[in-house]
Amino acid sequence: MVARNTDGKLVRRPLSPHLQVYRWPLSMALSISHRITGVGLSVGTILLTWWLVAAATSDEAFNHVQWFLGSVIGLILLFGWSAALIFHFFTGIRHLVWDMVLGFEKPEYTASGWATIIATVILTVVVWVVGLATW
Amino acid sequence: MADTRNPSHVDMLRSPLGRARGLGSARAGAAQWWGTRLTSLALVPLTLWFICSVIRLTGASREDVAIWLGSPMVMALMLALIIATFHHMASGLQIVIEDYVHHENTRLAGVLLIKAACVIMALACVVSVLRVGL
Repeated sequence: MVARNTDGKLVRRPLSPHLQVYRWPLSMALSISHRITGVGLSVGTILLTWWLVAAATSDEAFNHVQWFLGSVIGLILLFGWSAALIFHFFTGIRHLVWDMVLGFEKPEYTASGWATIIATVILTVVVWVVGLATW
Repeated sequence: MADTRNPSHVDMLRSPLGRARGLGSARAGAAQWWGTRLTSLALVPLTLWFICSVIRLTGASREDVAIWLGSPMVMALMLALIIATFHHMASGLQIVIEDYVHHENTRLAGVLLIKAACVIMALACVVSVLRVGL
């Protein structure tokens, strides 16, 4: 930032470093991903609402939702929604554990961070394998 | 909200402590934080149950859904899931808006819109569950 010092001379003052200058550690990426998936899941509740309202409305409305959910776009949305839900589920549990003042040491939160990622991948794959097998 | 640059007579006559009480949390500050945690705790088992239910309902007809929701236990869990989800969603989105929207009126409007949307969607879900299952 350019400013004047007490003698009226122009000086370049140092700025405090902000987000973009840091290398992204895992915990930082997981923290913002928790928020982003939370917002994404909120948008996804429209899908749940649509499905329930259609089931309460008519056969035609319900068939329409079922057709959409089975379409390519519907399946992509469902996949994204399920992965986001499972990710937010595990990172949320990690936050609940932190709320009990546990796991604050660097090796612990790095390990729990990787654990949430691995658990998310495994559970998402299991859900889709079982889901598609029983479709 | 009190305008600090141009205090009203009420603010000038108030003691500093009284003004802080009027602006601050008045001992209710932890309620929202606690509500978010409580609903997230409830959503741990409910989400697992919901995922299993969705897998079981793939390709289900409208009659299958009606039979499923006709079970009192399923209906109770579904209503609990809906209430916890929309409560958690409203409070989570409010925190996000308060963190990133700096203009006061826009922030207030955003929070109110979010709450209205959550209430309407939650009611639509609850009414639908009752209508299908009862």
